[in-house]
Formats: sequence, C-alpha cells, structure tokens
Amino acid sequence: MSIITLVVALLLMSSVAYYAGQKRSLIVSRGRVRDLHSLPGYYGLYVALWCGLPALFVVGAWLAFEVDIITKLVVAGLPEIIIRQGPERVTLVVNEIQNIVSGRVYGEPDPAILSAAAHYRQLQATSHGTLIVLAVSMAVTASAYALSRIKPRHRARNAVESTVKAMLLLSSTLAVLTTIGIVLSVLFESIRFFQVVPVTDFLFGLEWSPQTAIRAEQVGSSGAFGSVPLYAGTWLITLIAMLVAVPIGLMSAIYLSEYANAEFRAVAKPLLEILAGIPTVVYGFFAALTVAPFIRDLGTQLGLSVASESALAAGLVMGIMIIPFVSSLSDDVINAVPQAMRDGAYGMGATRSETVRRVIIPAALPGIVGSILLAVSRAIGETMIVVMAAGLAANLTANPLEAVTTVTVQIVTLLVGDQEFDSPKTLAAFALGLALFLFTLVLNVIALYIVRKYREQYE
Amino acid sequence: MNNRLGAQSGNTAPRNPRMPIEIIQAGLRKRHAAEFRFRLYGLVAITLGLLSLGTLFFTIFSQAYTAFEQTQIKLDLFVDAQLLDPDGRQDPEILLSADYGAIVKAGIGKLFPEVESRRDQRALKALVSQGATYKLREMVMQNPGVIGKTLTLWVPADDDVDMLMKGHTDRKEPEATRRLKDNQLAWLDRLQRDGRLEKRFNMDFFTQGDSREPEIAGIWGGVVGSLYTLALTLVFSFPLGVAAAVYLEEFAPQNRWTDLIEVNINNLAAVPSIVFGLLGLAVFINFFGLPRSVPLVGSMVLTLMVLPTIIIASRSALKSVPPSIREGALGIGASPLQAVTMHVLPLAMPGMLTGAIISMAHALGETAPLLMIGMVAFIVDIPKGTLDPAAVLPVQIFLWADSPERAFVERTSAAIVVLLGFLVTMNALAVILRKRFERRW
Repeated sequence: MSIITLVVALLLMSSVAYYAGQKRSLIVSRGRVRDLHSLPGYYGLYVALWCGLPALFVVGAWLAFEVDIITKLVVAGLPEIIIRQGPERVTLVVNEIQNIVSGRVYGEPDPAILSAAAHYRQLQATSHGTLIVLAVSMAVTASAYALSRIKPRHRARNAVESTVKAMLLLSSTLAVLTTIGIVLSVLFESIRFFQVVPVTDFLFGLEWSPQTAIRAEQVGSSGAFGSVPLYAGTWLITLIAMLVAVPIGLMSAIYLSEYANAEFRAVAKPLLEILAGIPTVVYGFFAALTVAPFIRDLGTQLGLSVASESALAAGLVMGIMIIPFVSSLSDDVINAVPQAMRDGAYGMGATRSETVRRVIIPAALPGIVGSILLAVSRAIGETMIVVMAAGLAANLTANPLEAVTTVTVQIVTLLVGDQEFDSPKTLAAFALGLALFLFTLVLNVIALYIVRKYREQYE
Repeated sequence: MNNRLGAQSGNTAPRNPRMPIEIIQAGLRKRHAAEFRFRLYGLVAITLGLLSLGTLFFTIFSQAYTAFEQTQIKLDLFVDAQLLDPDGRQDPEILLSADYGAIVKAGIGKLFPEVESRRDQRALKALVSQGATYKLREMVMQNPGVIGKTLTLWVPADDDVDMLMKGHTDRKEPEATRRLKDNQLAWLDRLQRDGRLEKRFNMDFFTQGDSREPEIAGIWGGVVGSLYTLALTLVFSFPLGVAAAVYLEEFAPQNRWTDLIEVNINNLAAVPSIVFGLLGLAVFINFFGLPRSVPLVGSMVLTLMVLPTIIIASRSALKSVPPSIREGALGIGASPLQAVTMHVLPLAMPGMLTGAIISMAHALGETAPLLMIGMVAFIVDIPKGTLDPAAVLPVQIFLWADSPERAFVERTSAAIVVLLGFLVTMNALAVILRKRFERRW
C-alpha cells in the first residue's frame, strides 16, 4: 500500500510544482506576462512534468523488477536441502513464502520457510524504503532544476508540447508492443515445448492426450501431443457455424439493405445486433443446457446416437453468435455498391432479386468474402461456447454428432488448474496459442486487405 | 452478367417469331415467383435470427425467475449459552469456533419430537441448509447479547427442498432414486401446514459470495470483482486509447511506421481474446511476478484487449469534427496541440465516451482471457481491493454452469439475467449519450 501512497505523493508534488513554476514565471517576468515566451500555465506544466515523469518512471521500472530480484535473493538464501530437491520444489516454496508475506498462512509452515519469509519481508521493506527516498529526491531535484531554467525567454510551451506529443506517440506504439509481446511470449514458450516434443510430432501427430506421467512408473499416460485432431475439431465446429451464419447473415443483410423499409430496418437491425453483444459465456450456457440436450433427444427419436457434447450443438450456437458479424459487415459492403449500378439494372428491366444476384453480389463479392473470413477467424478463436458445450476427448472424426475438441478448449483445459509452469503440458498450451494466433493473423490480414482494396475500388 | 437472358432470347427468336414484349411477359411469372422466393428467403433469415435471439432470452429468463425466491424454514432457535459460551466471557475466538450446527439441529428437532433414531435425526437436519449455521453464527458474532435467548428465524432450506418446492423434483419418482425420502417429504408437508415452510425473497443471492451450497451462493463477490476490474480497465484504457487516437489522427506523419501501427491496431482488434490471456499469463504473471486471480492483472489484460476498439472508436469521433474547427483555432494563433486539446477534443468527447462504454460492456462479458490468469478460483470472500483474489460475474456464471447440482441451473440463469441487466444499462447509456450530444455539422 505504501507504493500507492508514494504515487499519490508524487502526483501531489507535481501539482505543487505546477503552482511553483507558474509563480516563478511571474516573478522572473516581474508580473509582465507579455514579456514571457509562453503563458504562465506552461511554465507550471513544465516544472510539473519534470517533477512527476522521471520519478514515476523510476517507480514503474523498480516495481517491474523488484519481485524478481527479491525472489532470486531469497532463493539464494534458502537452505541447501530445499534447493537440492529440484526447481519444482523451489517454485512451490517461493509460492508459500509469498503467501506468508501477503498474510495468508496455511497450517504450520516450516521454520526455514518462516525465516525465508521474514527475509523476504525485510528485503521488501528495504527496497520500498530505498525506492521512496530515491523517487522523492529525484522529484525534488528535477523540480529545482526545472525552476532554475525558467527565464522570460525560455520556451516552456514548446518543451511541454514536445513532451506531450512524445507521450501520445508512446501510447500509440503500445499496440505494436502488444503484438510483439504476444508473439514473443507464445514463441518462447513454444520453443521450449518443441525442445521436449518434436515439431513434426506436434504438427502431424494424430493422437492428442496431454496427460504426462507425474511419476516414472505410472501407466497409460505417456503424453501424446499430435495436434491434428484439434485442428479437425476446430474446423468441424467452424464449418457448422459458418453453414448457419453465412446464409442467415447474408440473406438478412440483403433483405435489410434492398427490401426492408426504413421502419423495419430500424427495428430489425439493432435487434439482430443484440446477438453480438451477448457475452459468449451466456451462449455457452445456452448450448450446454438447452441446445445439446434438445439435439440429443431429437437424435434418439430419429434413431441416431448423438454424443451429449456434440459438435453440432456447439457449432449451431456459435453460428447464431456469428450471424450479426456476417450481416453487419455484409450490410456495409452492400451499401457501398454505388446506387448507379442498381439503377442501371432496374433500367434494363431486372427485378430486385435479379439485380441483387447478378449485379450487387458480384460487385460486392470481395467485401463479402472478406467479412466471411473475419467471421471464420472469430469462430476459430471463440472459446467459451466450445469450452462449455464441446467435449474434451480428441476424436478425429467428421461426424457432427460426435464429440470433438478444439484448440481453444485444450488451451483452457491445459492452463486452468494448478500445475507447475514448466511441464510440457502447460507449454503445449502456448504452442497451440502460437498456432491459433498465426492462423487468425493470416486470416485477418487477408480479410482486411481484401476489404480495404474493395473500399478503394468504389471510392 | 445477363448472358443467360441473352442466350434465351437468342435461341428462341428464330424458332418462335414473337414480339420481344411477348417473350418478356412469358417469362415474367417465373421471374416474379423467383423474386417472391428470394424475398421470402430474406424474411426467413431475419426471422430465424430473431427467433434464436428470442429462444435464448426465453430459456434464460424462464429458468432464472425462480432463483429470486428461496425456500426458507421458520425455526425457533434457543441460543444456548452452555453450548456457545460456557464461561460467559463472550470471547470472539470461542464464539467463532462454537458448535452452531447443534443449535440448528435442536431447533428443527424440537418441531418433530417423535423423531428419535440417529439416522432420522440426520435426515431431518439435512432439510435445513448449512447456511443456517453460518447465519446464526454471524448474528451471534454481531450481537453477543442474543446468547441465552430464543430467536425466531427464517433460515434457508436445503437445495433439495428448494427444488421440490419449485416443482423441479418429481414426488412420484421411486424413493430409491429420489433425493428426498418419504419421511422427509412427510416432515416437509407438516412444516408447510404449520406455515413454517415457504418461498421468500432470496436476499442472499444478491449479498453473498460464492458457495458450494447452491442455496446460499450469491453473486455479490462476482459483482464486486467485476466492478474493480472494470473500473481499473477504464482508468488504464481510456486515456491510453484517446492519446493513441489523437496521435494517429492529428499528428502522425504519413510514413511506414504510422502504417505499421494502423495495421497492427486493426489486426489486434480481431485477435482471439484467449491469446491476450496467454500474453497476460506469460508476461504479467510469470515474468513480472504479479499475483494470480486479482482484478489488477485482469484489468491489465482486458485493457490490452479493448484498446484497439477504443482507439478505432476515438479516431472516428475525431474524424467527425470538421477541419474548420482546427483551422479556426490555428488561425487565431493556437498551436496545433492547443487546437486539439482545447477545441477538437471537447467536441469529440461524447463520441469517444460512447466508444469507451461499449468497449467496457465488451470487457464486462469477457471470460476466456480471465480464465488464463487464474480468475477461476473458488473464492467465497468478497474482494476488498484490486489486489485481493476475486471472481468476475461471467466467470462466476461459468463456474456455476459447471456445477452438477440442479439448483445451480436457476442460479446460473439468474446471474446471467443480472449480467445482461448491466450490459443493457451500459449500452442504453451509450445510446443516450450519442443521442444527446451527437452534433451534425
């Protein structure tokens, strides 16, 4: 909590610095604002930025590395016995120490661990103390420096504006940093995974059973990491979803933009778009509790054997979720077709449906394909519906009535629950994440490129 | 494009010397029928879409409404000082660990003095929820003065009793497969005749945290967790998103770097949300060592997820401010940054806020990335800060949906209704904001 106090204190100091800077500018100009290069407020901002920014930066950087360094120091101070028990044991001990430090004591901890926790707490206190002294003295020194710079000729506004612009630029690069972060984090873990499991096994293996043996003598859990059944399952569910969403979405878009009058459109379009705003966990619940039993009962009446977690149920509900994506994107695309092309077709005596089928759809085709690709990428990355309604068993099948599993389901199952971070099981989730990210990235790039090119065509 | 029409007329003209108008009229019925069918497909598509929306809402609401009531039993509980506080010092430690279950057991036993065998007594006690014990303990802890008195309390009944009262369990099922046995049913009937068993408003559902017992599980923990997470997400993402949008729209030079950022933002908007969870797990938790399951980390992940959407919405809000505003400001001597901060930004703010609210609604319903950073733990306590382990509302729904007890079905639906209520409110707010402040130039 002392860190929050520190940040608040720094912000308060900055506001004090603002007034100091403003006052100072009035003093150096002897009250004649006309002689100043910038308005007094900018001198205030100048000092405030000097006061706050470097100190806050130091606080951020310090906190980012504090836990890591303290943990390393504490681990180095642990008794030999614990360290010799291997890295997994050390991770557990570190967790326990951190729990004790944050006040959650379970049972009677080992005295060695208690002393390590005391060590941890002491290091943390030292570190926080140093940080507070460092940050406050930095803020004071920097403000003093900035105050000494204030002269009537000093270009405070230019300095403040270039700092603000730099901050704006930095915020916009966060998007790039996020992408880099995603790529690096999944890539590094995947590389570690591929050191244990060969890439070819992962890409072409036909069997997926990620339960690895905890003890060497365990039977039946060798751990197979062939991801083909997962891709097959993902594709099967995506295909079913698209079979639902594309006809319904496309026909709704056509009807709404070409046939419906303004009132009907004003009611139906927002209603359809509600479907896009419903959280996916709600769809998952609907699929698992209503649709799946319904399909199973229907199948039993028709004499078919339907798994209770059939691909059909998950796919159908996912299709419903995707409808508004297809329909609103296609709606935009169809509306972008110039009116002159419609008028031309009507002038030739074509009916509305003929105009749609032979003029508008061919003209809008690239855009429609782009929007369908975006919807496919959405369906592939969708998680909650399949986690709740599709199965866990990795069956390699094309039968929509059987249970299949998907890439996202496996990522969730592998990572939810307590296990150490370095086992091939958890690393496999990152390898799957890498595959998922790359695949949807390619789809998105193609789709966005097509849509962009298409827009330029009619602008 | 019209080659089929063209081919037809080309083929028919020599064989059948009719006027063009006759040819057109001959095909007209067929064409009109096709037109009618096409139009019908469109209507059917919309109807199917709306029908699935209706079915979804109907099933959720029809399952949910019963959860707002909970079967309760009226018990006269003698708060025995001998049992709770033998030495009469009202020491909180002793009061906390005392045997309240015995008091509840005595309370229900008193209503049925004829029940004697140990097995029957246990079956009788099973009609009352474990929550009764907690409720009694809470009352005694708050007010130790009740010790030695007799309290008349409505306490929650067990979820099996609740399901029976709500008609989800069939009395005619054979006893062997039924959760409630014949003797228990008889006791319940007697309680009901005495007016000691009825359905009352389910306050616990709105004020309690999660529980393994469906009858005392509530959503308040999830609601508070969601509030913390969402507030932090807004604090992180809105300034960053607006700053990025201002840079890209007003200051960015047309070069490769800007292009790269734009392509990046558009792509990130379409990256599956679970990938952001993987990023959060690898970077925030494993690299920076932040704790698991806390709203702070959840909001950082959600910030990265909603940032592209906020940037895109803010940019279109900035775009809709006409250039004459900027030119006017520049013309009277404002610097470009002054023109933006003092003139363009205030005019674009309603549009940006609308975008932010819609993104927050999206973040509120998001589950998958939060599963990755460990926000699926079973947490009973109501979180008190952004660094306390917490669940969020959609995760609570996910956890309950996985529970086998029949009574959790209606509670899951009710939690969904609450979540949808929040979403509707937020979206309505966005619409009102847009209607009220939208300016046409």
